[in-house]
Amino acid sequence: MKKVNYRNLPSQLSLLLLACLLTFSTTIIAQDTGDVAAGEALFKANCAACHKLDKKATGPELRGVAQKYEKEWLRKWIRNSQELVKAGDALAVKLFTENNNSVMTPFPALSDTDIDNILAYTSQPKPEPVVAEVPTGGGGNEGGNVSNDIILGALTLLFLLLVVMLFLVRNTLKRIAEANGVEFEKKEKQLPVWKAFAQNQFLVLTTSIFLLLAAGYFAYGWMMQVGVDQGYAPVQPIHYSHRIHAGDNQIDCNYCHSSARKSKTSGIPSLNVCMNCHKNIAEVAPETQAEGAEFGVDYNQEIKKLYAAVGWDEDTQAYTGKTQPVKWLRIHNLPDFAYFNHSQHVTVAGVECQTCHGPVEEMEVMEQFAPLTMGWCINCHRETNVNLESNEYYTKMHEELSKKYGVDKLTIAQMGGLECGKCHY
Amino acid sequence: MASNKKYWKSVEELNENSSIVETLQQNEFVEQIPTDEFLGDKEALEASSTTRRDFLKYVGFTTAAASLAACEGPVIKSIPYVVAPDEIVPGVANYYATSIADGFDFANVLVKTREGRPIKIERNELSKLGGVNARVQASVLSLYDKNRLPVPLVDGNEMTWDEFDAEVAAKLEAMKGQEIVLLTQTFASPSTSKLIAEFTAKYPNVRHVVYDTVSASEALDAFQAKYGSRGLADYDFSKAEVIVSVGADFLGDWQGGGYDAGYAQGRVPKEGKMSRHIQFEANMSLSGANADKRVPATPAQQKEILKALTGGSATGLPEHIMTAVENAKAQLKAAGNKGVVITGLPDVDAQKMALECNEGSAVMDTDKPRMTRMGNTAEVIGVMNGVIAGTVKGLITVGVDPVYSFPNTAFAEAYANLDMSLAFSMRLDATASAAKMVAATPHYLEAWGDLQMKKGVFSLMQPTIRPLFNTRQFQDTLLKWTGNSKNYYDYIKETWAAVLGGTSWSQALHDGVLLSDAEVSMEPTPASEGTVSLESNTANGALSSSIQEGGFALTLYTKTAMGDGSQANNPWLQEMPDPITRTTWDNYVAISANDAADMGIENVHVANGGLNGSYVNLMMGDIVIEKIPALIQPGQAKGTIGLALGYGKTDSIQEEMQTGVNAYALYQNFSSVQNVSLEKAGGMHEFACVQLHNTMMGRDIIRETSLEIFKAEKPEVWNAMPMVSKDHKEIPVTSPDADLWESFDRSVGHHFNLSIDLNACTGCGACVIACHAENNVPVVGKKEVRMSRDMHWLRIDRYYSSEESFEGDAVKKESISGLGSSLSEYSEMENPADNPQVAFQPVMCQHCNHAPCETVCPVAATSHGRQGQNHMAYNRCVGTRYCANNCPYKVRRFNWFLYAENDEFDYNMNNDLGRMVLNPDVVVRSRGVMEKCSMCIQKTQKTILDAKRDGRQIKDGEFQTACSSACDKGAMVFGDVNDYDSLVFEKTKDNRMYHLLEAVGTKPNVMYQAKIRNSKEV
Repeated sequence: MKKVNYRNLPSQLSLLLLACLLTFSTTIIAQDTGDVAAGEALFKANCAACHKLDKKATGPELRGVAQKYEKEWLRKWIRNSQELVKAGDALAVKLFTENNNSVMTPFPALSDTDIDNILAYTSQPKPEPVVAEVPTGGGGNEGGNVSNDIILGALTLLFLLLVVMLFLVRNTLKRIAEANGVEFEKKEKQLPVWKAFAQNQFLVLTTSIFLLLAAGYFAYGWMMQVGVDQGYAPVQPIHYSHRIHAGDNQIDCNYCHSSARKSKTSGIPSLNVCMNCHKNIAEVAPETQAEGAEFGVDYNQEIKKLYAAVGWDEDTQAYTGKTQPVKWLRIHNLPDFAYFNHSQHVTVAGVECQTCHGPVEEMEVMEQFAPLTMGWCINCHRETNVNLESNEYYTKMHEELSKKYGVDKLTIAQMGGLECGKCHY
Repeated sequence: MASNKKYWKSVEELNENSSIVETLQQNEFVEQIPTDEFLGDKEALEASSTTRRDFLKYVGFTTAAASLAACEGPVIKSIPYVVAPDEIVPGVANYYATSIADGFDFANVLVKTREGRPIKIERNELSKLGGVNARVQASVLSLYDKNRLPVPLVDGNEMTWDEFDAEVAAKLEAMKGQEIVLLTQTFASPSTSKLIAEFTAKYPNVRHVVYDTVSASEALDAFQAKYGSRGLADYDFSKAEVIVSVGADFLGDWQGGGYDAGYAQGRVPKEGKMSRHIQFEANMSLSGANADKRVPATPAQQKEILKALTGGSATGLPEHIMTAVENAKAQLKAAGNKGVVITGLPDVDAQKMALECNEGSAVMDTDKPRMTRMGNTAEVIGVMNGVIAGTVKGLITVGVDPVYSFPNTAFAEAYANLDMSLAFSMRLDATASAAKMVAATPHYLEAWGDLQMKKGVFSLMQPTIRPLFNTRQFQDTLLKWTGNSKNYYDYIKETWAAVLGGTSWSQALHDGVLLSDAEVSMEPTPASEGTVSLESNTANGALSSSIQEGGFALTLYTKTAMGDGSQANNPWLQEMPDPITRTTWDNYVAISANDAADMGIENVHVANGGLNGSYVNLMMGDIVIEKIPALIQPGQAKGTIGLALGYGKTDSIQEEMQTGVNAYALYQNFSSVQNVSLEKAGGMHEFACVQLHNTMMGRDIIRETSLEIFKAEKPEVWNAMPMVSKDHKEIPVTSPDADLWESFDRSVGHHFNLSIDLNACTGCGACVIACHAENNVPVVGKKEVRMSRDMHWLRIDRYYSSEESFEGDAVKKESISGLGSSLSEYSEMENPADNPQVAFQPVMCQHCNHAPCETVCPVAATSHGRQGQNHMAYNRCVGTRYCANNCPYKVRRFNWFLYAENDEFDYNMNNDLGRMVLNPDVVVRSRGVMEKCSMCIQKTQKTILDAKRDGRQIKDGEFQTACSSACDKGAMVFGDVNDYDSLVFEKTKDNRMYHLLEAVGTKPNVMYQAKIRNSKEV
């Protein structure tokens, strides 16, 4: 695959150039103000929760802020903005009211150098949006696909031509041979295979038995999957990627599905849970956005959908109160006559979510992993041992039961977990 | 057998020559099922257009279509909250303490809510005041009544509240100086009283009058005359040794009800002692049914009895009553201050007599009276006559429906012509539909409020759901009209500043009930000068012993299910069988067998097992009520009849629930006793009665004995274990040798048992409705109930028995002394149905360890659990009904139809609003499957899971079923018998314990405690 090595060369070159440019430019600025790298670290640690460089978040965008205000004033403001406001500083009061009277956290611990470093970081020019072109590198790959297709098509055409020509050649040769008086041996008329088959009663009988059995087998198999929606992966109103949240970002399942620990339902998280993070994450990282292209998803647009649903105005950084609840398509559906309790399995038994829901952290589109049939439930209940030790509820029962069965471990089935009424009421 | 008493379920069984009984013993039905009518008719069969081949084609097509349709799963959408409230976790129930105060029922309750929807009413254990009866249990369904009024109306036009306020303000301004009456229910609310006082101060032409639909005015008057303040004496029957009731149904709705829990405590024999209860009454009431001795007496006789009991001299009483009175008197005397006399006679003198007699009794509490009735009959009559005469120009009604419940028919017309008619109402009832302005009010589960039900006992009411409709509660409206900018919530908090004492508001709200010594004035504004003299107004012909020839003394009563009729649109209550008559969906004239025979009134059982009864016309002066069905009631005093109030409502009541006749027309002077006359009318009425159903003929169903035998004899005598013969040796039926079956080893884990104490059970039926609510039991309607297709998982069987056994008769004959006694007692023996003893027995699935139903199920849909519960897997059931046929207790119920989302059964499960009451943890069963009591497995499983999650052992009392937690009498005790410290384990060792039909060998997990009657005279 030599080709691949050079495929991204132009874009790589441009990246390199850009990097050089940036390094030079930042060093130029840094020379008279502060250390950009240290500033970036400080910015990410202290400021990024409320401020972005180029976009208004809870607080205003900060790029070029050092040019807008005097340094001394900025230092005071950052250390304790409320003091300034209370002191009646006109500029401070103006800023405070402009930003919905939201109080900025004071940072008295930041030294002058720290603040200078942060300001240095914010003073860097906005990078050209070259980065966005990165995924276009894939264009070469696509081109390869097209040429492959053409080559394949040409080959097929060639092959067909060959076949036709061979046929024509054969006919011509045959005609020549006939003209030369060569005689062809005539085949004896044989009984057609199907007639021979029909006349052999034994074969007919065994075949029909076989066919019937096969039909029965497949019919049974087909019927048994009626109502089993394994692999059901509907398109949701908002494309939510479990891969990014649970996989890349390692968010605990219970953070969003919090009721799984205490309720029968795991709960579809309410939108205020999303906003705990997405108040600040209005856009995904460029690399993530690039990954989205593979799945045909624009993640940033999906976040916009969330904002529309929850009624969040990005410009004013405030809730409008106009909400549109999201109509998710339910994937895991137990019938009404089966009672299932998440907390029993998650909290009491300590079953991993993945045991039933599969590798959710790898799923870009959520799908039903398990068949959710009764046989599937029962099987697990037959094979799984109950964790009796650490739970005081089981202490007495454990003693007596293990005496009765003479084993130290007990399956759920031995505890009565196969009784109809435990799940059907 | 404990006794040789003969029990019967219907008077028909007493008639020795009855062919019906004889036929029924042989066959299931009295008449042959008329199958020949359609099968034998060849012509009809051939004329049918569907041929056999066509039929098969249809079957094939529908099967194919159905299976094709099943291939694709439905797409289900789930919509989570945008912002989830902190306290709501989907799938977990929240409980809120609140109180009901609808003017008739007052009680502290806990409301179970799921995902913000109230779904069940529970008792508030912190409250000592009882009264969470069947109606209160069912009130949660009235919240989801689709016939509620959604918006305020003026002249029939829908209004916004601002427009409505403006209209009313203009009207009040225009009416200045003219008399307006504010006619309200009893609120028993400190804040509301204060608020109304502020309102009447702002509008001095408005006069506040309290109107109790079912009046307790005479008792209030008597109390006021004696103790100076208006209220009702409170009684603690758990302290009583002798209770003599003269016409007071204190286990029912007498003076606001709620006395049964205390009563039941004294009824369970402890150390050989239990209370003795003597009841003199005309109608067979719940109290009479529970009495040790019940003496039927006409209202006029009752007054004389009361005189005699309280030391006066009685006249005109028959010998047997006189003896009973003398005995009662002696027993009262012996009991000293632990005896109590109560009366329900609508007569101030009678009430005074009772109060005086109880002076110094430990049972009665007059220092802290009850405040749940405040109405003043004289004033209400004044208002009624004022409206008719035109002196009252405006009427504002709150929580009452006078057009329906006032006895004077001229009132309705006069009301429609009033200058100002404003009704605060939850529905467009008779008054609201005639009113010019209607303010839509919320249900109590959507409203704030406070209560002082008994002096010093305060409670709070809090909303448990956002108002479903555009309603505003009366108090908030009044605050607006008095120009107060506060809302009622803040107003209550202000009032409660004085009440709370050291308790925090949050704590009080959490508990729902608070004891406080705060003095809060909440008596209604005193009557104006022109109060009519009480005695002259309420003097009653029926109480003076002068019944005209051919006339009857009518006693109006309220039924356990319907009460005053405010919940008439509640299908659970309509379908709840009356504890005494076991009749649903009706009210009727209860008449004694003798009088019925004299008038030719009949009650007959027809081919399908239904009960038919003659119609009668009832006349009272110029009031005639035509075609009231008559029901022969054993125990009804001769010359008296009974009729229930609260029926016959039509306005904003669904057609199916427009049942019975309106007896308020007979409630003249708001007195429950009237002189009337009857005549038989043509035609027969079809009752929906669950009476002759499920007959357990002549078997040892209820075990009972007298207190003396209980104390003196060994349990084997009165509670004998049935024996079977093995190898010519008698062994107990419970012995393992007499057992065919293998059994689970139940020594490990939980093993649930339910104990039902027949002494503590008063038959009130709260458990029936609690079961309904918890288990999504469907309502099937009158027609289906008549066909014995009622779905109640829990029924309360009522058995009548003659007072003595045959052996008892022999003893009795010998003990007869003197001619008078012989005459009365012989005649009693001849006519046992005249005054039967009554016993109640709640029966649900007995969860047999050797269940006959399980062995016959062809698909193993019903199977046994190790924890003792008999499981029923609905989705596995194919509906063969073998199990029901094989059940000796007849507790299995079959879904003959689809009862949910079916227009044929247009009850709560057929509309979105009504379905909100369904318990999400229990399946709604579909057509063609069997169902039955599950011993609330969803509740036991939840208790287990909670304990597992917390990692702890389960304490006794944590396991509850819907019925056991609804029972405030302690009659039902549920728990784990493998927990040897549990109360239910103790019950299994009680010598009163027996199992239903023990001889069958089913080994049930439900046990009964034999009934003991304190039958000793003197």
